[in-house]
Amino acid sequence: MRAREAYWIAVGEVLDPEVPVLSVVDLGIVRDIREEADSVVVDVTPTYSGCPAMQVIESDIIAALRNAGASNVRVNTVFQPVWTTDWISEEARARLRSYGIAPPSGAAAVVTELIPLRRRVETIACPRCGSSNTEQRSEFGSTACKAIMFCNECREPFEYFKPI
Amino acid sequence: MQQPATGVTSLSEYLVRLGDDRLILGHRLSEWCGHGPILEEDIALANISLDLIGQANLLLELAGKAEGRGRNADALAYFREGVEFRNALMMELPRGDFGFTTARQFLVSVFEALHLERLQSSKEPELAGIAAKAYKETRYHVRHSAGWMLKLGDGSAESHQRVQNAIDDLWRFTGELFESDELERDLVKQGIAVDRASLRAAWKAEVAQVLQAATITMPDDGFMQRGGREGKHTEHLGHLLAEMQIVARSFPGAEW
Repeated sequence: MRAREAYWIAVGEVLDPEVPVLSVVDLGIVRDIREEADSVVVDVTPTYSGCPAMQVIESDIIAALRNAGASNVRVNTVFQPVWTTDWISEEARARLRSYGIAPPSGAAAVVTELIPLRRRVETIACPRCGSSNTEQRSEFGSTACKAIMFCNECREPFEYFKPI
Repeated sequence: MQQPATGVTSLSEYLVRLGDDRLILGHRLSEWCGHGPILEEDIALANISLDLIGQANLLLELAGKAEGRGRNADALAYFREGVEFRNALMMELPRGDFGFTTARQFLVSVFEALHLERLQSSKEPELAGIAAKAYKETRYHVRHSAGWMLKLGDGSAESHQRVQNAIDDLWRFTGELFESDELERDLVKQGIAVDRASLRAAWKAEVAQVLQAATITMPDDGFMQRGGREGKHTEHLGHLLAEMQIVARSFPGAEW
């Protein structure tokens, strides 16, 4: 049991290489850590199907667990339940904001119609000046998980960790 | 992976069809990287391409496991010949202009959103999980392409004409999306696959709604091209594969 806690702490220090203020535990992608025979098995669920950071994350998790005393580590990919940004904690959202990325709206589970002909207005506050006078430039940004926004108040672009 | 009760070979064949649609369309989209009309669009198309190739990777990996002959996703993507590919013909057509790319993405994304929504309940658990993830990604693809359909269709005379031409040219390739055969009907009975034909009415309604708002005329259903699921492809696939496969084939087993 104590070893298991140490493993969680070690994995909690593995950062997302693309958003290095969030750990993989903050993101919610580490689903389980357990001991099986002579190995430590970590269940990880991917964020996006094609996220290129997943391979780096896997090898970082293996290295962190080896440092924490595990000799054999196996990363097991699980697909269900499917990852959602709703799993990102309030505390981690605050860290995202101070890093300059607007956190996800927390409404990923809300199902809207497939093709909204009238754009729904979702207010995303600027992480710099806090203004709600912002607009979306593109739902696709520098990484799969982010959209490009623009603040009409401070006239700066910013990134938005989009809900999914 | 949990072994399905029956039909390991038909399962791998089905997964290859699903994977190849995404691999080939994803590759076509990736050709826009560095050529997008504006920076945001270049980034968006590359992101959508990445989603599709990521989904293809998961599906082909699963197909390799179901097949049980030791082939992984890379072996299936890079070391099959054109006649062994099972994608619908629409996916392999050259990228054309931005209007053509937009129209194809729109028609395919709407189909995939409806398709994946149902595939989430597949009795093959790993496939259901991959579908659930891909469904969420595809909803963003639908929003993106539908938004551009409206801007271009209801835009300038030039952009309107280009999108209308694209829809007219693509329409005869849409029938294949809803086609199924004995193999798929059997998997539908087992609760593993989705009955493609049952998605057609909903697809047409969603598409019609956007085309109307975009002032684009929906073509009549006439002769439909087919053959991709049996490996009978257009001349375009070979050229695509030559480019996609050359590095892996020139240096087999290379790692970097």
